[in-house]
Amino acid sequence: MTPPGAQTMPRIPSGRGQPFHSSLQVKLLALVVVAYAVYALGQLDFSYDRFIRGLDNGARFLSRMFPPSYKNWDQLLTGFIESMQIAVLATFFGVLLSLPVAILGARNLMPAWATWPARLIVTLCRAFNPVIVAIVFIKAVGFGALAGVLALVVASIGFVGKLFMEAVEEISMKQIEAVRATGAPFLSVVTYGVLPQVIGRLVGFCTYQLDANLRNSTMVGIVGAGGIGGALFAAFQRFEYDFVLAILITIIAVVLLGEFASNYVKRIFHV
Amino acid sequence: MAVVLSITGLTKAYKPGVPVLKGIDLDFEERGLTAIIGSSGTGKSTLIRIINRLVDPTGGSILFKGQELSRIEGRHLREARRRIGMVFQEYNLVERLSVMENLLTGRLGYISPMNAWLRKFPAEDIAHAMELLDVIGLADFAHQRADSLSGGQRQRVGIARALMQRPEILLADEPTSSLDPKTSVEIMELLKSQGINNGIPVVVNIHDVELAKRFADRIVGMTGGRVVFDGPPEQLTDDHLKLIYGGEGWLQ
Repeated sequence: MTPPGAQTMPRIPSGRGQPFHSSLQVKLLALVVVAYAVYALGQLDFSYDRFIRGLDNGARFLSRMFPPSYKNWDQLLTGFIESMQIAVLATFFGVLLSLPVAILGARNLMPAWATWPARLIVTLCRAFNPVIVAIVFIKAVGFGALAGVLALVVASIGFVGKLFMEAVEEISMKQIEAVRATGAPFLSVVTYGVLPQVIGRLVGFCTYQLDANLRNSTMVGIVGAGGIGGALFAAFQRFEYDFVLAILITIIAVVLLGEFASNYVKRIFHV
Repeated sequence: MAVVLSITGLTKAYKPGVPVLKGIDLDFEERGLTAIIGSSGTGKSTLIRIINRLVDPTGGSILFKGQELSRIEGRHLREARRRIGMVFQEYNLVERLSVMENLLTGRLGYISPMNAWLRKFPAEDIAHAMELLDVIGLADFAHQRADSLSGGQRQRVGIARALMQRPEILLADEPTSSLDPKTSVEIMELLKSQGINNGIPVVVNIHDVELAKRFADRIVGMTGGRVVFDGPPEQLTDDHLKLIYGGEGWLQ
């Protein structure tokens, strides 16, 4: 046999040496973004004058914050304990509820009649900022920590539900096929085929959500849904800026502590 | 010998009008290893996956010990699958579970999801798993994670998982394609001996004609979605192979 194709080497056309493709669309888009930013600055009366005056006010405000005052430490402590309880409860119930929602919404496991409603729930939970959801729940169940917990449960379903759903959609279907081929019922396929493949990432999502809920729980208090946020808002209203600083420093400390805690949990689970 | 599995007029078209299987008629008796050979894309995998309904047939009948499998759904399908063991080309072990857990996966059809979740398996299942670990020579690996094993070890776990079902037939979809020649022989030996010891028929899709001839009691050659050879390995000639794979340059 004769080897084919020995005489016909493909030739690169000469004189067309532009190695990189430059896109007119990208340039136009960048121009539009910059032009709009300049226009918006003018519209919002964001002048240099105002900026300088603002700096002045800011300096006065900062000087009244020092030194931070911890004389209302009991108020600080009760607020933070409540915030932490809100965060932990919301993460627990939020993750618990987002598991079935995520499984139902995974398109590789479920038919369309199940994925559509599940995806709608997740989208609705993500549609609003937790503070807005908290206002709604305050109207429903009254002022206090319950409204805060409910608001953050909704936020947790929106976040963990969506990420977990995506994780489930990325699993290896070969492993699922093998478990199915043994005649296992669907729930056993989930516990033996699906969960082992995603449990590591789920632990990651949970610690991240606990972290986020800790931050958010300090915020929902501002609208009256319990936690340290209420004390913060009250201190602002009473011009007790030194107490405001004390609260802010404590928030930073608690968030950092939360970060350490979640790193520790991740290490336990080897994620 | 009695016929265990009887396939008649089986067709499959993934896209309407483009059949992959064009009318397969095959009977499998209660003993013996059958090797199905044929080039890639000729429908070997589809055929073997239709038997336990990982793929749904378009037409025809699959009679397994008197039960028609081609149209069953839900609980009936799950109960039928429990009786059919399957071994996969890429082993398809649950990577993050231990070897023992992978073996016990073979019993999931028999216990409730609650007990499965709590890892509550009957003592005889665990004893059976231990026995099988001895058989496949991985007794010390029970608590290792599946993803820490080598290819050959994984495939042996895959076979043990199928045997955990105490199946009435063992299917293997190209079980040696991802393995080296020596390990391939070991895997074929294991499939053959387990078929004999358990008194069940074994059906193996295989690319390696020499391996098929060496271990099979019967060879089925497929091309273009049809069976073109069906007989003992001694009767398989080069003319048959040309018919099955097309061309002849590769035979020299």
